[in-house]
Amino acid sequence: MKYKTIHKAAVFTLLAAWLFTGCGNQGKGDNAQGALVSSAAEKVYVAPGERDDYYAFLSGGYSGNLTVYGLPSGRMFKEIPVFSQFPTSGYGYSEETKPMLNTSHGFVPWDDLHHPDISQTNGELDGRWIFVNGNNTPRIARVSLSTFETEEIIEIPNSAGNHSSSFITENTEYVVAGTRFSVPVPQRDMPIDEYKGNFKGALTFIGVDPESGHMDIKFQVIMPGFNYDLSHPGRGKSHGWFFFSTYNTEEASTLLEVNASQNDKDFIAAINWKKIEEYIANGGGKTVPANYAHNVYDEATHTGTSTMKKEVLTVDPTEIPGAVYLLPTPKSPHGCDVDPSGQYIIGSGKLSADITVHSFDNMLKAIENEKFDGDAYGIPILKFEDVLAGTVKSGGLGPLHTEFDNQGNAYTTFFISSEVVKWELGSWEVVDRKPTFYSVGHLMIPGGNSRKPFGNYLVAMNKITKDRYLPTGPEMEHSAQIYDISGEKMELIYDFPTHGEPHYAAGCPADLIEPNSKKIYRLDENKHPFAVIGPDGAKVERDGNEVHVYMSTIRSHFTPDNIEGIKVGDKVYFHITNHEQDFDVPHGFSMIGQNTSEILIMPGQTKTSVWEPKQPGVWPFYCTDFCSALHQEMQGYVRVSPADSDIDLSWSVGE
Amino acid sequence: MRNYSKIIFILTVGMLLSCGGKNENKEEKFSYETQQTEKEQVAEESSSAENEVPASERITLDNKGVGPIKNITLDPEIDQAMVERGEALFKTNCTACHKIEKRFIGPSPKGIMKRRSPEWIMNMILDPQLMVAQDRCAKDLLVEFNGAAMANQNLTEDQARDILEYFRTLD
Repeated sequence: MKYKTIHKAAVFTLLAAWLFTGCGNQGKGDNAQGALVSSAAEKVYVAPGERDDYYAFLSGGYSGNLTVYGLPSGRMFKEIPVFSQFPTSGYGYSEETKPMLNTSHGFVPWDDLHHPDISQTNGELDGRWIFVNGNNTPRIARVSLSTFETEEIIEIPNSAGNHSSSFITENTEYVVAGTRFSVPVPQRDMPIDEYKGNFKGALTFIGVDPESGHMDIKFQVIMPGFNYDLSHPGRGKSHGWFFFSTYNTEEASTLLEVNASQNDKDFIAAINWKKIEEYIANGGGKTVPANYAHNVYDEATHTGTSTMKKEVLTVDPTEIPGAVYLLPTPKSPHGCDVDPSGQYIIGSGKLSADITVHSFDNMLKAIENEKFDGDAYGIPILKFEDVLAGTVKSGGLGPLHTEFDNQGNAYTTFFISSEVVKWELGSWEVVDRKPTFYSVGHLMIPGGNSRKPFGNYLVAMNKITKDRYLPTGPEMEHSAQIYDISGEKMELIYDFPTHGEPHYAAGCPADLIEPNSKKIYRLDENKHPFAVIGPDGAKVERDGNEVHVYMSTIRSHFTPDNIEGIKVGDKVYFHITNHEQDFDVPHGFSMIGQNTSEILIMPGQTKTSVWEPKQPGVWPFYCTDFCSALHQEMQGYVRVSPADSDIDLSWSVGE
Repeated sequence: MRNYSKIIFILTVGMLLSCGGKNENKEEKFSYETQQTEKEQVAEESSSAENEVPASERITLDNKGVGPIKNITLDPEIDQAMVERGEALFKTNCTACHKIEKRFIGPSPKGIMKRRSPEWIMNMILDPQLMVAQDRCAKDLLVEFNGAAMANQNLTEDQARDILEYFRTLD
């Protein structure tokens, strides 16, 4: 026994030594790397059975999905379909979820998902919902952090390239959606070269019901035709304001690469939404015709419904004194970030080397003194020097986005020079810088966009992967890097691939979400109109050529599993209720030749899949989720007869 | 030997499927018998010699099983309100596998009070996984019933108790 232990220890030591030297040799010839690597490994290692401290929600970009990762392990837990059809679960394929992807353009089962933001109460993350934006066909979605499923999607009228979205105010009063591309408002047929002065940029404030989370567009601020790139809410002292970065204040409609980079300074637009609320409460604003979809998933009926809304309230900012000001900001700013105290508004001029920091107090003073530097289409422009708090002389190139820790530091990504720069709020001194691999876009610190950041980890999301992983052909998943930021110096501790293209992320401590995570849908709370609550409710009903199969599942059979009397030309709806009431026992359903995806039905849930049989025969269906030792037995048959057949409808199980 | 008969069974089923057509009933008996033989062999292998009686027919009234229920005292009077609640719960949560009038995926609960202790029944409802792992009778039942593991339906102790009361009416 003793010998064995010693033997084991020796092997382990040798192995460890080999690993260390191995790693060291593979590094950049730095002898000290071995020890460093081992301590980094300890920091990210989450032992089998152990759990991560943080959930990270990374946008999936053109996948239309949101991905869930653990920190510090970088393990991916889930991909949540939002603006996409997802055969893994049947989202966007099942009859219940198809309405979620309805828009004024019809069914749009794709989008470019950009910026997740977790709901807040008193400026702190509350872990109830996460909001995300669809950039292409402008939409905002709300994902439940108890089911990790998309519960609501609202389309944004008068908007295009919904990019300065979906950021929330500190009590989740609003989720905000700003247009990147200005367009004719309302849309109309007009010459493109008449853009200047005629196109408009809509900034949309969507109210969020504090109980249900349901979204409703409260008003749209119709701004000059700039590009509204990113936005962030004021917090603490600046609560009540919202800040949007702009570029293309040149109002170019062609070759923006050159033509939108002419002005030395663009603007950060400061919107006093409380002032606008007052104006509306006093009867201000103009209700105009619109056409946009509002899609809501009801957790009791397990069903989404889509409603077309026909009007929207717009406000003209020039008619509301004191509601909107423009803060000159150098070099086509991208990131527009507000520090945890609400005092500093950080503009990252993406063609600049420096980071511009505006002061909220200075802004208020300048407004009070009415010291303006002219106006843009009637919106007062404040003097750059008056609002400036400081400039971070970074030495990097291409600042993009900033988040914060809980020690008074800011962390800014630099796309062109591929690095993260840590600097101190107030002194504007650079404290540390670390390379990223490569061309970092945004970064995320859990809570880094709230009054209470959790300053342990920083995730950098990169645009270029190149040589980081084994090559997988011309297309590589984007790389992300985790840095330990608990000390004075940042330490790169892990590197992991992401899915789609993460443009932004939000993160929070696991214990904020874990206790509320739903495990099953209770059968006795299932209000789906086609649910089968007991197996004796299983039946098949014909209504003309529509056939409704009320089916139940439990390990490991379908009730019914033999159905006859279906005819060619029928439209067969399989409404399947999973009778399991145990965590993590889904059943799947798939029908041969079906022109839609399989569905995965969670315990207690009802989902519907449509099949239109085209040929007579006996066609099998089966469970797609390995549910038990008898999963392979979980199957059934449907007999399909010619259209003119007189075989009666019948169904059975175990007979 | 068992493998051999399995191959024959698979081949037979395969032939039946590929032939299709009009004579669907012809070979059914043969395959049925083959399957039956296999099942008995499995049961014998896992039961020890002293337990020749199939688990479903064994009387284990002294065994309380393992799980949250340690001791239950039954009132001599059957509580009708509990029975009604228990019946409703049974209908929703259990009848997919347990039929009163026949053996189905699992055994019929008819007469179960004469075979099992109240504690054993409730433990089986409340934590079937633990029971199958640690209770001999539960383990043998799993084998006898094709390895169809009983689902944990996440019922409360009160709900399981209601179902037990309902079982008292099933003689």
